[in-house]
Amino acid sequence: MSLHTLTVHQLREKLRRGAVSARATTQSLLDRIQVVDGKLKAYLWLNAEDALAQADEIDRSGIARNGKLLGGVPIAIKDVINVEGQPCTCGSKILKGHTSVYDAFVVQRLRDAGAILLGRTNMDEFAMGSSTENSSWGVTRNPWDLERIPGGSSGGSAAAVAADEAFAALGTDTGGSIRQPAALCGCVGFKPTYGRVSRYGLVAFASSLDQIGPFTKDVADCALMMRVLAGHDRHDSTSVPQPVPDYTVALDKGVKGLRIGLPKEYFIDGMDREVDGAVRAAIKKLQELGAEIVEISLPHTDYAVAVYYLIATAEASANLARFDGVRYGARVTGEDVIDMYGKTRGAGFGAEVKRRIILGTYALSAGYYDAYYLRAQKVRTLIRQDFEKAFEKCDAIVTPTSPEAAFRIGEKTDDPLKMYLSDIFTISVNLAGICGVSLPCGFTASPRLPIGLQVLGKPFGEETVLRVAHAYEQATEWHKQRPGL
Amino acid sequence: MQYEAVIGLEVHVQLKTKSKMFCGCATTFGAEPNTQVCPVCLGYPGVLPVMNEEAVRKTILTGLMIESEVARFSKWDRKNYFYPDMPKNYQISQYDLPLCAHGSVEIKLDGGKTKKIGVTRAHLEEDVAKNLHFETKSGVDFNRAGTPLMEVVSEPDMRSPDEAFAYLTTLKEILISGGISDCDMEKGQLRCDSNVSVRPVGQTEFGEKVEIKNMNTISGVRRALAYEIQRQTAALQKGEKVSQETRRWDDAAGKTFVMRTKEYAHDYRYFPEPDLMPVVVSDEMLAEVRKGLPELPEAKRQRFIKQYGLPEYDAGVLVADVTLAAFYERAVHGAKNPKAISNWVTTEFLGKLAEAKMTIDECPIRPEHLAELVSLIDGGQISGKIGKEVFAEMFRSGKSPSAIVKEKGLVQVSDAGAIGGFIEEAIAKNPKSVADFKSGNEAAINFLKGQVMKLSKGKANPQLVGEILLRKLKGG
Repeated sequence: MSLHTLTVHQLREKLRRGAVSARATTQSLLDRIQVVDGKLKAYLWLNAEDALAQADEIDRSGIARNGKLLGGVPIAIKDVINVEGQPCTCGSKILKGHTSVYDAFVVQRLRDAGAILLGRTNMDEFAMGSSTENSSWGVTRNPWDLERIPGGSSGGSAAAVAADEAFAALGTDTGGSIRQPAALCGCVGFKPTYGRVSRYGLVAFASSLDQIGPFTKDVADCALMMRVLAGHDRHDSTSVPQPVPDYTVALDKGVKGLRIGLPKEYFIDGMDREVDGAVRAAIKKLQELGAEIVEISLPHTDYAVAVYYLIATAEASANLARFDGVRYGARVTGEDVIDMYGKTRGAGFGAEVKRRIILGTYALSAGYYDAYYLRAQKVRTLIRQDFEKAFEKCDAIVTPTSPEAAFRIGEKTDDPLKMYLSDIFTISVNLAGICGVSLPCGFTASPRLPIGLQVLGKPFGEETVLRVAHAYEQATEWHKQRPGL
Repeated sequence: MQYEAVIGLEVHVQLKTKSKMFCGCATTFGAEPNTQVCPVCLGYPGVLPVMNEEAVRKTILTGLMIESEVARFSKWDRKNYFYPDMPKNYQISQYDLPLCAHGSVEIKLDGGKTKKIGVTRAHLEEDVAKNLHFETKSGVDFNRAGTPLMEVVSEPDMRSPDEAFAYLTTLKEILISGGISDCDMEKGQLRCDSNVSVRPVGQTEFGEKVEIKNMNTISGVRRALAYEIQRQTAALQKGEKVSQETRRWDDAAGKTFVMRTKEYAHDYRYFPEPDLMPVVVSDEMLAEVRKGLPELPEAKRQRFIKQYGLPEYDAGVLVADVTLAAFYERAVHGAKNPKAISNWVTTEFLGKLAEAKMTIDECPIRPEHLAELVSLIDGGQISGKIGKEVFAEMFRSGKSPSAIVKEKGLVQVSDAGAIGGFIEEAIAKNPKSVADFKSGNEAAINFLKGQVMKLSKGKANPQLVGEILLRKLKGG
């Protein structure tokens, strides 16, 4: 029996019954990683000894056999979320050698749920990118085609889950960084409503857009993970003190009677033919399952990418100012402190991060603030209102997650604008602060690459999103497909 | 040509809160470097700020005390610049929507006139760390980083260094009376920068303004402004231009020096802080803060003069220190002689405190004991001189004056027989003085009085001694 192929809920069943131990589970996963990660490079850091020690402690204390939601389940963490005692580099040279001194809120939640904190996954530097090619530590490969990117920025987490190198993983989504790699790797990726999951301990890229969310093998696991992660945290003033429902309860309610909106702006000429076909087939399936399909309009969609790259970069320019070599991380000494800043940041940050810091600094500069940052904030409000109006007509929105399947490594690295368009269907969701999921809905013919379906819901409409996703998933076989590594 | 100065002050006040502005670290002054720090105030990756509500309440209270408008909707902004004393390389501050705006502070001028100095705004922000420079390296102490800091910006309403001095003194008294801050400039709890320009009298436009930094005492501010006004006036008189710049005050040299010119003006790239929610001040919160509104120093001074019949000087000394005023009021409660108690408080008590380098709270004397001491003297049980001795013992032990008088047997001797005995003895021992008195030198009686007091160990009632002695000398 290969334990590593199980979903979290399947594994939990075995652990609860005492059919397997946390140690055996962890060992099985470590063996799998040993076999495939040399090719994929999904993990940046892993401590087998430490993971097994955590597993032994769980076996000894009996946590795996009680009702703890994740008792004995190893979880992979994107390298941007702090786990005390583990490295946290955010995929950047500037944090080379940095060890976290505290646990993120979600990590504390995972520990409390009995999870094993297994290792750190690769990512675009400071979550800036759509391909994981911007990592300072090398590219992660798509498990379906090693010549292709896994998406990004949470590419390591997506690849690890898709390749059975992790039962579930944490990622972060600022403009699509969970949903797009989930789509490109063929797993489930969930972006919660802004404020649903605490950001405390997540190294900020764009504070008003960032959310932590799970990567899982199926929708039921996604609901399980959300139960663990969601909730109010007094250390994050933007987290919302709203009760957390049991997301697993809503899963089997079906889509009958639900109105599903199709934004006409998302079904456009020039979209990849196979992606378009797969998404349309999925919509048909939802209709067969009893959903009512309605056309909706999100008229300000065209501005989303521009608005995003002003607001996200503006916030990033301040958020990344703390990496200066004074208190932690790498330092390059200089003639004086200003020289040290320049040399440290010059050597520590990669090209894309520098590009975005410069963009954001410019957007906030005297004389430009009104024309760029302030205007972008106004258009952001219009985009949010688009969704508010749309949700008067429907309960959930369905779109493609990404305009195309996984592209080749190096294909877009010379053209940042082309790369930015990779997130065209995911970015508005962060600007509006709503929730969404990506789940598998088909494959391209040749090469065989996963295609993702995006389901969006109202603010705090996680249950509806999971319900639609689960109904579709249970009526199809896509989520059972695994890459032949 | 006659010139006048135009002065505006920016005052930074560290608020007296237990914890920092955006984390739970303590704000105690003088701790070992980097012992009052946590990932939040060190700007570690991934941390988030959480607003200290007490600091917001204190800022609102300040706003109420200086009669400003309190914003019902206020927000936080990031002020961006790089410096090693800034853990995040941005400071969380308030840019366009400060908590308080359009207030004023009334100052007293010579001749009993008053003047209102406008306060443009008072906003809240976080203090920075402290850079320390050693021979070959520099260090940063982050204990101060994140301390709640209120910035109070005045209108350019002051016209002389004396007005600036009066404004600062009055503002400081207000802040202390409200428990906002201890305002100890030596500890950096109150810091002041000044903008000053000079223009010909009668001109309405302002001259080129110069910002002065590094003034570490209130009188230093006055000296720096006097110097700077004289420097700018002299320049204008010579037909030179004053350039807009920032200058540093060197108190030892008594001069200001250029720090940076206008070309180096920072672009702070303010934008709304996405990690914090806007501050919404509800009716309930405002009402609650209003309940804590203390009596303002000027009003208290007037009340002390009226209620306790104190001279203006005494009232001024007592009110200048909130704790002292409270001590006095406790002492005087139900007492018959408020003026005498004020004398003891403002002279003996303050003197002893300074001598012992002690604060009122540390001192063992209880206010009601001071009232008791005065009533012992007034009632003739002890003399004023013995009173001082008793007071010294009260200061040492905290015991009540009656207990001390009893223990040490200090009760005043008012028994004519006993006093007569001392007088006989003094007369017998000092025939020369007696002879002097009798030959018309009336002052000789004072020496004899002193001798009697000495023989009685100070316990004889001085008034009775005088009366009986005179009778004996004249009759004898």
